[in-house]
Amino acid sequence: MPVIPPITDVASLKSHPALASLLGWNSGVVQAVRFDREELTIWVEKDAIREACAILRDARDCPFNYLCDVTAVDWYPLEPRFEVVYHLLSISAKERVRVKTRLNGSSPALESVTSVWPSANFYEREVFDLFGVRFTGHPNLKRIMMPDDWEGHPLRKDYPVEGYR
Amino acid sequence: MPQLPASFVEPGQDGTLILNMGPQHPSTHGVLRVVMEIEGETIVRLRPEIGYLHTGIEKTCEAKFYQQVVPLTDRIDYLCPMTNNLCYCLAVEKLLGLEIPPKAQWIRVLMNELTRINSHLVWLGTHAMDLGAMTVLLYCFREREEILRFYEMVSGQRMMSSYFRIGGLALEPPPGFFEKVKKFADGFPAKVDEYENLLTGNPIFKMRTKGIARLSAEDAIAFGACGPTLRGSGVDIDLRRDAPYSGYENFKFNVPVRTEGDVFARYVCRVQELRESIGIVQQALAGMPEGPIKADAPKVVLPDREKMKTQMEALIYHFKIITEGFAVPAGEVYQAVESPRGEMGYYVVSDGTAKPYRVHMRGPSFANLQTVAKMCEGQLIADVVAAIGSIDIVLGDCDR
Repeated sequence: MPVIPPITDVASLKSHPALASLLGWNSGVVQAVRFDREELTIWVEKDAIREACAILRDARDCPFNYLCDVTAVDWYPLEPRFEVVYHLLSISAKERVRVKTRLNGSSPALESVTSVWPSANFYEREVFDLFGVRFTGHPNLKRIMMPDDWEGHPLRKDYPVEGYR
Repeated sequence: MPQLPASFVEPGQDGTLILNMGPQHPSTHGVLRVVMEIEGETIVRLRPEIGYLHTGIEKTCEAKFYQQVVPLTDRIDYLCPMTNNLCYCLAVEKLLGLEIPPKAQWIRVLMNELTRINSHLVWLGTHAMDLGAMTVLLYCFREREEILRFYEMVSGQRMMSSYFRIGGLALEPPPGFFEKVKKFADGFPAKVDEYENLLTGNPIFKMRTKGIARLSAEDAIAFGACGPTLRGSGVDIDLRRDAPYSGYENFKFNVPVRTEGDVFARYVCRVQELRESIGIVQQALAGMPEGPIKADAPKVVLPDREKMKTQMEALIYHFKIITEGFAVPAGEVYQAVESPRGEMGYYVVSDGTAKPYRVHMRGPSFANLQTVAKMCEGQLIADVVAAIGSIDIVLGDCDR
């Protein structure tokens, strides 16, 4: 498990708009919730990530319509190894939420959210390039930072800081 | 003969032509490559290609102590080093739960707004030059030089200042610093009038910018625009006002918003921001509190040199911080600040050791660059230069 233990006390955080709209849609997809340092994190089932993002974007009272960031964290050698992290912002309600999903180390793949936010295009390419997480349904999943013929994914923890020589 | 990469020679469809611009092109503001599919002079599709400046800063951060990351953050967005410093320091301070003394906060705001002016001046000069107005660049760099001197006064460096440290500031500003800034701030609004005289009513400038590279509010949000690009499309958001950090709630300022969504609207937003920023600088100077410039946290903040020479404890703390760093409680934070280009975010994950487990920078240039493809569709080739200039990208921030 990742170093930060998730708190699964969903009941006490139910009133947060992001959690409320996810629970109202399908309470089965919320794996864990944590409120820490004024920031809410929701762990979402991996297969439901695109739909969960669409629900959050279209929520009536607090639409999280702006995708700030997509990135990942590698918890090597623990399993599930990867956490893909989405930071969402509601421009009208000035609320933020962090949505996370966990992936196994062997051929990690996830549904792309480019159909929800076109802006996810570059971010997902970056995660694919530097972590080797594949996004299914992405229109142009190519390396973005590293050269096209690069081998390995530099931000993985088993990739040496000095690179391979 | 070496083979060209496939992307250089791919044919266009239906009689269109592929035209390559950059990565060595003066108006791409660095090393941006733009691949355009054109039909006559009209853009059918446009694809920005980045990564030429990728230096793996995020990977490097994972091998450094927390305090050693500060100089790396300068080098990400080299036109607003202090904003990067601030964002990283705020993120780590949030993880540590540190209280920053008011004077340090106010100097941070002061320097941050000077940084915004500095960055906007470079943008204004180069943007005008892209559109054929050479003089503005010389005017802007005249004022920018003064701000770089302020940088030098406080930190000894003109660009890579690393002036903000975790827990406060590196040094007390030298005597006479505030008076010099005051003199600059008093004279600056007249300088903005000078720039506006050259551009705002200029018919050539207006023809090159009005109605060019339009972006609707919906598209701006969907494609992830931020900062003046988003505000130029009529979305009223500014993190200094909406999610105040570092004491911004104590300052009064307006957020310029335009609804046209074209190059001219973004120009107006930024020029208005110059005036608002100088207002914040004036307020910061007028209300500068007294007190320490570093938090009271001996295990995190380096002690004064004087104390080190007389006090055993201070010497030990200094030795410990330099050799072992300081442990940061496990957790994760996403700290966002309003940089001159838009929302700059630092996502810092700690596993409880003295080195960050993961540092991710959400660069505003990276986000804004995606909108270029949308805003250039159906425009002329000559307007691509105006569109790229209007989103004010820094490739160091894009590629990291």
